[in-house]
Amino acid sequence: MAVKRKAIALISGGLDSMLAARLMLEQGIHVEGLNIFTGFCVEGHTHAIRNRDKNRQKRNNALWSAEQIGIKLHIIEAIEPYKEIVLNPKHGYGAHLNPCLDCKGFMVGKAREWMEQNGFDFIITGEVLGQRPKSQRRSTFPVVARESGAFDRLLRPLSAKLLPETLPERAGWVDRERLYDISGRGRHIQIALAEKFGIEDYAQPAGGCCFLTDESYSRKLQDFWNHRENKDYEFDDIMLLKVGRHMRPGTDWKLIIARDAGETQYLRGYRSKFAHLSITSHSGPLSLIDGPIQDRDVELAARLVARFGSSRSAERVDVQFTDRNGRQRMLSVAPMQPIEVQQQWYV
Amino acid sequence: MVRIDQTLDARNLICPMPVIRTQQAVSGLENGQILEVLCTDPGALVDIPAWCRVHGHKLISAKNVGDETIVRLQICDS
Ligand code: SF4
Repeated sequence: MAVKRKAIALISGGLDSMLAARLMLEQGIHVEGLNIFTGFCVEGHTHAIRNRDKNRQKRNNALWSAEQIGIKLHIIEAIEPYKEIVLNPKHGYGAHLNPCLDCKGFMVGKAREWMEQNGFDFIITGEVLGQRPKSQRRSTFPVVARESGAFDRLLRPLSAKLLPETLPERAGWVDRERLYDISGRGRHIQIALAEKFGIEDYAQPAGGCCFLTDESYSRKLQDFWNHRENKDYEFDDIMLLKVGRHMRPGTDWKLIIARDAGETQYLRGYRSKFAHLSITSHSGPLSLIDGPIQDRDVELAARLVARFGSSRSAERVDVQFTDRNGRQRMLSVAPMQPIEVQQQWYV
Repeated sequence: MVRIDQTLDARNLICPMPVIRTQQAVSGLENGQILEVLCTDPGALVDIPAWCRVHGHKLISAKNVGDETIVRLQICDS
């Protein structure tokens, strides 16, 4: 009896990776999925934090896609090793702070390690030739295969017919004729395939699979680096960049002001690590102070925060300031007037 | 009363970390054993049961209790 070959599929939660895996199942390959959590992924937690997404189904799209096509999904956390990719990408950044080419090499490299540890035969991804201007080009595909160490054990079923033969095709594990020749940014072939396979519900990430392709997020990350000695980050730092309104009225400190009750709840978890301001006389957001604030600036911060709650038109607002050591004091301030708020404070 | 073999504290972790921790805990347990996971991210209510389904483990219960989500599952080696 022929050996059943095994493929590990990188599953992002989007349609393409789901289709690539489904095509392999069609060919009798045993497929399991791998999803890598870098800390920048656009996933359930961002929905969980904000109120406005309360009605949206909170689900992990990678798990959801795996379930749709009936494969196991392994989620691995790679926050620490991924730092090197974000901080020093050999191939540089894309339009924002997205190091897509290095990132793909990293992800496929993780899949290769998993494949080796678990006795699998090859790796598949949902990459499509020409879909992304920087990282999914004919010239970059071999870079990913080489730098990940996957070489010709990396198969991209959606574009395979446009690419050189890989080991699974040469060895006859997979029939090349039944693979696809999709290229470019169009979606109609993928949508038709989804229909054929009865896949009706799938996530459609706009722009990319992570926050690094988001302009506003990248701006905050750049600002964060500009104001610290080393270009570095901790997990909490990158999570906090996803939450709240960030304003920098001082050179050394900025405010992270919750935008709704969900964000206030989330920021509460950080009160022991940050100086913070809470409005006590009215309902209003919790605000963290990131960086060493001088005593003389606390009032300015309190006035600014008072602008962002039901207190905005009050004459006086009570604000409680808690410093890094937990010492508290009360301030009674007049909310800042719109004209006093400088545009360049918004990060 | 359900016999709990291990309780995993995944409170204050944001998705998908509770799922990742569940996956790690399960790999150290044996067939038939029961794991209880405590979470504060409401996403766990959907994600841990989905993870159980794709791996063939048995979901015993998943519910919100106050601000926490408690999921219990039984390991089924496939
Ligand atoms: S969008 Fe983000 S996750 Fe996707 S390849 Fe680029 S850097 Fe990596």
